[in-house]
Amino acid sequence: MSLARLLCVLAGGALFGLGLAVSTMVQPEVVISFLRLKDLGLLAVLGSAVMTTLVAYQLAPRLLKRPLLGGAFQKHAVTPGARTILGAAIFGVGWGLSGVCPGPAVAGLGTGNWPLLLALAGLFAGAWVQGRFFAR
Amino acid sequence: MESLFPLGLLHYAFGGVLIGLGVSLLYVATGLVGGTSSFFSSTLSWFSRAPGLREERYVASRSWRLVYAAGFVLGAFAFAVLAPGAVAITQVPAWQLVLGGFLAGFGARLANGCTAGHGICGIASMQVPSLLAVLTFLATAIGTAHLVGWLK
Repeated sequence: MSLARLLCVLAGGALFGLGLAVSTMVQPEVVISFLRLKDLGLLAVLGSAVMTTLVAYQLAPRLLKRPLLGGAFQKHAVTPGARTILGAAIFGVGWGLSGVCPGPAVAGLGTGNWPLLLALAGLFAGAWVQGRFFAR
Repeated sequence: MESLFPLGLLHYAFGGVLIGLGVSLLYVATGLVGGTSSFFSSTLSWFSRAPGLREERYVASRSWRLVYAAGFVLGAFAFAVLAPGAVAITQVPAWQLVLGGFLAGFGARLANGCTAGHGICGIASMQVPSLLAVLTFLATAIGTAHLVGWLK
């Protein structure tokens, strides 16, 4: 990985993490309050994040031959089917129980929300069980 | 409006734009798709010999995903420095964090995407399966959060 590429990955992650903190999604209480339909703010987070990304995802491959630092524009790998839906359903149960999804579990550590380490351990364990026993 | 957004709307929308800018920067500069949950599998590929965790897509992406995750921590840390005390230590019970994290990690990897991968990257690339995944996990998450609330 070239230095420029590395810095862009780091900066992209930093903007993502900053956004998670600014939108208070690093606080599981806020997420749970959304899921209990007491504060619909997370719809605004999702909506504005999708709209911003939509512009880049739709325009960049049309305006540029390749990414600014080389390589190729990749596509989010989605396979329609039962695994995606079943996995999403299980993911939702875990998200609703903890108020934590992958991004905030990582970013939250930067705000010193240390109990999120427990969620992070759970996330790693879940990913391990999936990869070890339930890979395609 | 006030009752739907008791804490205001601006910080939510602004945070979302920042998240979108991060994913966009990653894509425009490098062509990479900035989902999050693959990070767990790709990081495990350093330690596990299980074929399901040694898949090419994990091994090939594990370096940049680690740097990307470090960026998450860095960006959130910057916020904590700029606005000290803005983020409270969570009071969610430990068992909920561990078990919820486990199910979220397992489910996200089975579905090959989480709130970021399907919710942001998938929808922004107009993939119908991602939209279905988002509607599914919103439904089960809302149901679970209500159930937990009633039982308390």
